[in-house]
Amino acid sequence: MEGIESLLAEVPVFAGLGASALETIAGCGKNVHFEAGAVLFREGDAADTFYVVRHGSVAVETFIPARGPMMIETIESGEVIGWSWLFEPYRWHFDARALTVVRATAFDGACLRGKCEADPALGYALMSRFAQVLIERLQWTRLRLLDLYGDGNRS
Amino acid sequence: MTPALFRVAARERDTVDTWTLTLEAVDGPGPVIGPGQFMMVYVFGIGEVPISVSGPPGEPGPVVLTVRSVGAVSGAICASEPGAVLGLRGPFGTSWPVAAAAGGDMVVVAGGIGLAPLRPIVLHALANRDAYERVTVVYGARTPEDRLYVDEIERWREKIAVDVTVDAAGTEWGGPVGFVAKLVSRADIRPELATAFVCGPEIMMSTSIDALVARGVAPERVHVSMERHMDCGVGLCGHCQLGPTLICRDGPVYAYPTISRWMEVREL
Repeated sequence: MEGIESLLAEVPVFAGLGASALETIAGCGKNVHFEAGAVLFREGDAADTFYVVRHGSVAVETFIPARGPMMIETIESGEVIGWSWLFEPYRWHFDARALTVVRATAFDGACLRGKCEADPALGYALMSRFAQVLIERLQWTRLRLLDLYGDGNRS
Repeated sequence: MTPALFRVAARERDTVDTWTLTLEAVDGPGPVIGPGQFMMVYVFGIGEVPISVSGPPGEPGPVVLTVRSVGAVSGAICASEPGAVLGLRGPFGTSWPVAAAAGGDMVVVAGGIGLAPLRPIVLHALANRDAYERVTVVYGARTPEDRLYVDEIERWREKIAVDVTVDAAGTEWGGPVGFVAKLVSRADIRPELATAFVCGPEIMMSTSIDALVARGVAPERVHVSMERHMDCGVGLCGHCQLGPTLICRDGPVYAYPTISRWMEVREL
């Protein structure tokens, strides 16, 4: 567990958490490895895990009937992927696929939810950090929805 | 104010709606153009639009324009075959202050067609590679198919770092998908040494600059290229007024602190 703790300390989303909190979180984690092309999770499946990507790149994808799979976003090293473990019905909304060899730390969502419920201060600290990441991604996604590069005439 | 005649020497398709034209002066060697300056391009019988120059700066010679077809005039420019004659006025406006980055790091942040006005400083940096330490280009495009200068960017990568992201892609795209500001927040730059040059839609510029400043890049070392409707190109008609400044005359390139407050005024 000590190895995971030290890795977590360098991940932006966990920045500022104390050693005790990191130790608690690390207790729900294990290091995993994916080959390029491997599926981390698939839309509709049970969402019981989230990942901190330590190395490599992961694509968040969805399948559009008659168009095929589309990449929605890529997640790079130092980022977190997977939020559906936080809220019912605990099902993935999208697919996640390794674009490269990926080394990550996988966290058991049920384990971490239990620890957050038992320790509200930890729960608040974690939720605040996750909310910040989610909001940042929401804002950038909103900007992409504007299709900013789809119009305009000066070059 | 009278357009000079230029003949289309070459035309290359960049994307489904964007072309790069090389124009040679019918008389004389062609103008000396600073990086970031623009030309007023007249298609006889149709109209005139401002187009930023995308070719190498500093030497008299052909004028290179990368033009997106979005209207009658820009569409007519894009449709101009080699041999066609267009009218050009200029160059007009201010230039990217490339000397400000000399001895330090150059960070170029482009969104969409905004890469075209930044291409001159990239070409300048490639031709004067020893004058700069790290040179990093961060470029956001709509889709992989909408990327400009695809083959050329591979050659840029031999000398400088180029990060490209797209807003949406099929699974065949192996690169990043996400807004360009995210790439800015992760790019391998040294904020304390960086001078940044930013061009693209205004929201893209402001969010990218927020990301640069959050990383520690000094706002006064950030330079932007602004866009408003232009008619005369020489500060007479007032159409491109933004607050106290006329973009055709005082811009299009500004130090960010000198223009940022006016970028926030919706009525402008």
